[in-house]
Amino acid sequence: MKDQTRRIPASRQREKPGQKTKWIGTDMKRVEDPRLLTGQGRYADDVSVPGMLHAATLSSPHAHARIISIDVSKARALPGVVAVMTGEAVARLTGPLPCFSNPPVEQRCVAIDRVRHVGEPVAIIAAESRYIAEDAARLIEVEYEPLPAMNDPRKAMHAIGEGVLHPARGDTNVAMHRNFSFGDVAGDFARATRVVKRSLRWARSGAQPLETCGAVSEYDSATGKFTIHVNSSMYNYVGWLLAVTLGVPVHKLNIIPTIAGGSFGSKLFIHKVPVISAVLARETGRPVKYLEDRSDNILACDHHGSDRFYDCELALDHNDKMISMRCKVIDDYGAYFQFDIGHHGNALSQITGPYQIGSVEADITAVMTNKCQQGAYRGFGSEVSNYVMERMVDAACSEFGLDPVEFRRKNFIKPEQFPYFIPTGNLYDSGNYPAVLDKALQMLDYDGWRNKQKEARKEGRYIGIGLATCQERSVFSATEFWMLNHEAGFALTSSPEGVKVKIDPTGNAVITLQAPFWGNSPETMATMILAEHLTMDPANISVTYADTDSGIAGTGPGGSRFTVMVAGAIVSASQVIRKKLFLLAAHLLDADPSEMELFDGKVRVKGRQGAEKSIADLAMMAHFFRLSFPDTPEFDTGLDASCTYDHPLTTMPSEDRKDLGIFYPIMGHMCHMPVVEIDVETGKVKFLDYVAVHDCGTIVNPMTLAGHVRGGTAQGIGSAIYEEYKYADDGQLLNANFADYILPSVNEVPPNVRVGHVVTPSPFTEYGIKGGGEGGRMGAPPAIASAIEDALKPFGVKADFLPLTPAKLRGLIRQATANQ
Amino acid sequence: MRTQKVELTINGTTYSGHVEPRMLLSDFIRQVARLTGTHVGCEHGVCGACTVQIDGKTARSCLTFAVQAEGHDIRTVEALGKQGALHPIQEAFWEKHGLQCGYCTPGMLMRAEEFLASNPTPSREDIIEAISGNLCRCTGYQTIVDAIEHAATLLKSQTAEA
Ligand code: FES
Ligand code: FES
Repeated sequence: MKDQTRRIPASRQREKPGQKTKWIGTDMKRVEDPRLLTGQGRYADDVSVPGMLHAATLSSPHAHARIISIDVSKARALPGVVAVMTGEAVARLTGPLPCFSNPPVEQRCVAIDRVRHVGEPVAIIAAESRYIAEDAARLIEVEYEPLPAMNDPRKAMHAIGEGVLHPARGDTNVAMHRNFSFGDVAGDFARATRVVKRSLRWARSGAQPLETCGAVSEYDSATGKFTIHVNSSMYNYVGWLLAVTLGVPVHKLNIIPTIAGGSFGSKLFIHKVPVISAVLARETGRPVKYLEDRSDNILACDHHGSDRFYDCELALDHNDKMISMRCKVIDDYGAYFQFDIGHHGNALSQITGPYQIGSVEADITAVMTNKCQQGAYRGFGSEVSNYVMERMVDAACSEFGLDPVEFRRKNFIKPEQFPYFIPTGNLYDSGNYPAVLDKALQMLDYDGWRNKQKEARKEGRYIGIGLATCQERSVFSATEFWMLNHEAGFALTSSPEGVKVKIDPTGNAVITLQAPFWGNSPETMATMILAEHLTMDPANISVTYADTDSGIAGTGPGGSRFTVMVAGAIVSASQVIRKKLFLLAAHLLDADPSEMELFDGKVRVKGRQGAEKSIADLAMMAHFFRLSFPDTPEFDTGLDASCTYDHPLTTMPSEDRKDLGIFYPIMGHMCHMPVVEIDVETGKVKFLDYVAVHDCGTIVNPMTLAGHVRGGTAQGIGSAIYEEYKYADDGQLLNANFADYILPSVNEVPPNVRVGHVVTPSPFTEYGIKGGGEGGRMGAPPAIASAIEDALKPFGVKADFLPLTPAKLRGLIRQATANQ
Repeated sequence: MRTQKVELTINGTTYSGHVEPRMLLSDFIRQVARLTGTHVGCEHGVCGACTVQIDGKTARSCLTFAVQAEGHDIRTVEALGKQGALHPIQEAFWEKHGLQCGYCTPGMLMRAEEFLASNPTPSREDIIEAISGNLCRCTGYQTIVDAIEHAATLLKSQTAEA
């Protein structure tokens, strides 16, 4: 039910959905591709500057230890070595790395006194080649005094003394504990007819893009300025914090972006890598490249995914309506706390899923352990809450004998209930969940598969049909960064996106974005939207990326925000340019600007045959023929616009945090239905079919969106079946390479993920676009868990933990058979 | 550090450098020949991003020493088409959205070229088998399979025309 006390800001949408478009909605081939296909993409490791040195790090072999002494003399003496720096030396030139928690947890790019996870840098080397730098690392002698390694957060949270990672923050490893309760949870549980309980486990995996993080830094001692090339995003938002770390004024740091060979969140804001290369550049007076190798990236990229233990209860009333949910979650954050519990903010934005659940409670304990810290990975924690919600729904169905399709349908928020506030205070802007479900059922031929499943079971084959109906929140607002803290440190409220659009004298356009390509299609998307709005030929538009010297406000991709936000900024910039074009043309054609219209790259007077000027002609006039126009400022030379677009729909949280405000409202939805067959002898899961229906509002490019859905689904399969960073009791990471940490290959994914779309445009964004970059990974894990559980129903196996590797499945089957 | 002169023929051009005998072929290609189209993803032989062809057969350049490649014919992604004149396999990857970040792509292309030369009319199963040693973290592979299937058609019509 709509709560009238909650305020919904007025829509700022200018471009309405549903209009006839020429480019938006087409499968335009990507403009990024020709250079990538010919090996001409310029990634971080492709940056080479004269005189450049190469860096390597010496990583800690211990999970938790005091550093007693470091002897770098042999390393320093090695020919070709230019600098060797320990944590202490680095600390003389740099401060702590940026941390968004409050109070912050101090992290240094090179450890001082104490190491807190395996792989943490202990010393850094710059040498004439990477080979020599790595040789030098092996010559450094470090004496450690091991401390108790914290591997299990359920134990680490009770440790005191030697087992505490950050004694300066108090004698505990609990980084944060908070209880959030929204609505009448106790009352709803008291009136519940039935309650289902589950303990659920989501293990730690990570983005593992094929390209690691890298930076090339230069320091100009004449000007005191750093220049850093890095494959990080968000540098035009929070990149200035690196200047603070490097101890220079913010305008003495220019960050130049390179494109990234994949990120999936993990290159959201790279801090350690650029600071290591920059401090070595300052020390040596020469440019320095530092590129993580694969084991650096696995062990110490600062971007491991969520690692949670849940105890959940879901309450149903006598009509089988879900009325309340409560969960206790312990989240293993690893050794540092860069993003605070932002991951749970993500979760709280859609914690009740697509369902009408009136109250919810989340008791969150964030624990520090001796592992790489958590960062961002496609879903940023909300993929876990999708898994939890859907597991609880399936648990209710199996425990109470309810039909999983009808139970979901009955509990869905109805199309006419939008915009809809969930108990946490976040708003869902729009949606049509039954339509998505129906489309998925029909595409899959659900009844047909149920019959095949029955037949197969008679032959001793185990086929399972999975179902997950869940949310894809998109377009975060900045309140999420601090509202879960006991005290907000820096209570920012801006998360803008800026673009510059310049029309050159010949009528071509250059769009400048504030964050680089990282495997998404920002150039294609921006080109399509500008081409649409200015009726230009996409071939006449190019896209570039601003460095921080020239960049304007921009947050970058993340939280599936980029397309929505860039579209908003382009519409603003394009409106400015349109206005100027109309003004110039009206003057030249002796008409009024209000009579003008854009058509096919030309400005013409409505209804007057032949009275038209091409954008190219007008651009030439705008740039070079000032005296042809009146002497008033609106005719001043040039044809360009810089515009920022602010979050389209956000409000402040309440003081007491009983209401978190609107912070993640552009709500996508999906239904994933995999069909799997499990070989009960080996535990191998094979996909027989896979349907994924998504609703991300108006679609800019169906081809690239489907690419995101399939790629995300493959990662979801990884998280559900294969991937887990396995830390041993002593804190060693047992699979820090690609041979042991299994990324799905072509053999592990369905041969055909059939993608369908339902379009429910957002009433708040330009053209009604919603974000769609993360959905695959947010929908696949619960769907696969449900398919596996369905297949193994005869054994009574529960899919209450992920990943369900073949070995684990085999174990569960063996156990079940023994018990039978 | 002891270095020696190593001379390699890459895409028909000779590149020489005084390098350590332990220098990897991937590093020679990228740093000495400055052909940065060949990417390095893992440096331990699993991901396939660094795949090049040596005498027409694909090899992992991160598991090969540069000196070992002397006297052999090395081909990298730069030997395929150029912008404006893409190779049919590149054309097919573009058409079918067979890449997102592009990091695995050069390795995939070199593998696809070798494979289609030996099997010009592959089934989808053949293609899946062929690229099972190359990892892609972005696409979920389906459109890569589509692209290689499409490339086979393009190559066939090209041969027919010739
Ligand atoms: S870089 Fe050679 S196989 Fe991964
Ligand atoms: S396109 Fe990014 S790894 Fe394949």
